[in-house]
Amino acid sequence: MRSAAGPVIPNFGHGSTCVTGDHTFCWDWVRAHWSDTLGPALVQHLELTAIAVGIGFAIAFPLALLAHRFRRLEQPFGVVSALLYTIPSLALFQLLVPFTGLTWTTVEIALVSYTLVILFPNITTGLRSAPDEVLEAARGMGLTRFQVLVRVELPLAVPAIIGGLRIAVVSTVAIATIAAFLLPDGLGYPIFLALKEPTPFKTEIYSAGALAVALALSADACLVVLRRLVAPWTTVKVG
Amino acid sequence: MSITAAEIAFDHVTKRYAGREAAAVSDLSLEIPAGTFCVLVGPSGGGKTTALKMVNRLIPFDSGEIRIDGRNIETLPLTELRRGIGYVIQQIGLFPHMTVGDNIATVPRLLGWQKQKTRSRTAELLELVGLEAADARRYPAQLSGGQRQRVGLARALAADPPLLLMDEPFGALDPITRFRLQTELKRLHREVGKTVIFVTHDIDEAISMGDRIAILREGGVLAQYDTPGAILAKPADDFVAQFIGEDRALRILALRTLGDLQLAPATAGDGGVRMSRDKSVRNAVSVMLERGADAVTVVDGDRVLGVFRLSDAGELLR
Repeated sequence: MRSAAGPVIPNFGHGSTCVTGDHTFCWDWVRAHWSDTLGPALVQHLELTAIAVGIGFAIAFPLALLAHRFRRLEQPFGVVSALLYTIPSLALFQLLVPFTGLTWTTVEIALVSYTLVILFPNITTGLRSAPDEVLEAARGMGLTRFQVLVRVELPLAVPAIIGGLRIAVVSTVAIATIAAFLLPDGLGYPIFLALKEPTPFKTEIYSAGALAVALALSADACLVVLRRLVAPWTTVKVG
Repeated sequence: MSITAAEIAFDHVTKRYAGREAAAVSDLSLEIPAGTFCVLVGPSGGGKTTALKMVNRLIPFDSGEIRIDGRNIETLPLTELRRGIGYVIQQIGLFPHMTVGDNIATVPRLLGWQKQKTRSRTAELLELVGLEAADARRYPAQLSGGQRQRVGLARALAADPPLLLMDEPFGALDPITRFRLQTELKRLHREVGKTVIFVTHDIDEAISMGDRIAILREGGVLAQYDTPGAILAKPADDFVAQFIGEDRALRILALRTLGDLQLAPATAGDGGVRMSRDKSVRNAVSVMLERGADAVTVVDGDRVLGVFRLSDAGELLR
């Protein structure tokens, strides 16, 4: 709150003319606050995303294997994860706070449940993607059911699984910004603060937003490289 | 390479699919001697693929018994039975995520062969089926249809099984590639001496490939089981006669080569058309009709063996 009588005191103490002049975007603010604001927020954001996708995968993968082995489980699993997805994230936070408080746990429960709806169907679809004739040849050659899974179905599922991970990572990076409603962590927090400021100065929004986009794109690129490494047959030249 | 071949016996085997009135295979009894190239042929619904897949127990049957070298297949452990049988299907079913070399090495690896032995066996098989050593590092998507089926065949032969099951293996190939692979499979069969059970709906393929042909009719009933020559000469019933078609005579002639025949001695006036002894009689008849000739001179290289007349062809059919 500004005092009506006093001089205008800039929010950011000593700053460049760009900052004190409330320009929309200031590089020197980014430089000055990289180490105390943006850098840590980026690391936290990466952690929020990695934990969410990691735990989501750790839950979705065995469930998908179960659903693949026992087909009748697939539909109930799919319905439950889709229902979780329909709950608006802010509402889900509110529902969880009484139980888990203003903690990372609350945020991660919400984020993980969103990754499930992406990862589970992608993994099951991938496991089903082995063509019938390939499975018949495998059985005809005397592979056991387990060998068919490990040597044929899982490798052939890799492109679909990595495809699911890509969507999960990119969407989690975006959704994780709303963690700022609960915690002063992640790239959402600078954005959250800036939204509260009634000034034209929006450097936090632009810089944190750009970092979130860059984080999503680079994580996505890493997964593309990973797919090339573990599924080389998907990129061979045909002919 | 061993030359072991298995003897297969179907003993009153019957299979009915749930919810269907007619049996898929009815009381099938068939003895296939070791080393025989046996073709199962017939119209769709004849149960030939069902009969084939019962041998490696991909399809269970309701009654009767199938024996390989006298052993009831139902008493053998499933994986052991299948690893001892080469299996080739029309859609090939190569593993798309594995290189050609890894595809071929599948069964040897399941059987726990030494790396070195597997590698040299893979190289040997690539050569046997007419592929380059460098193809071992390629993926199936990089091969043509014909090359893929060669890999399928190499994969089936990898662990040197005494029995090969082939389910319309060339059905999806273009005619030229199919003919080439048929020729090579015949050569290969002579070389490796396996027992082969080969399913096709194409009577021409059956006649050209088989040592023995089992003709199955709707409901999986065995209509006739004999050598191609015997079936063509004496169809068991109207169904068989109709199935082998009205150009039965030409098919019989196609089975004989000029060198097999008793030829009339050549005389000075018989110049005209010369044909090599390994050409079929059908071929010779076709050439004579085309050129308006009534005889061909049969030669072995430069040596004249004798004369074959158009009028002799009729004799062969009687």
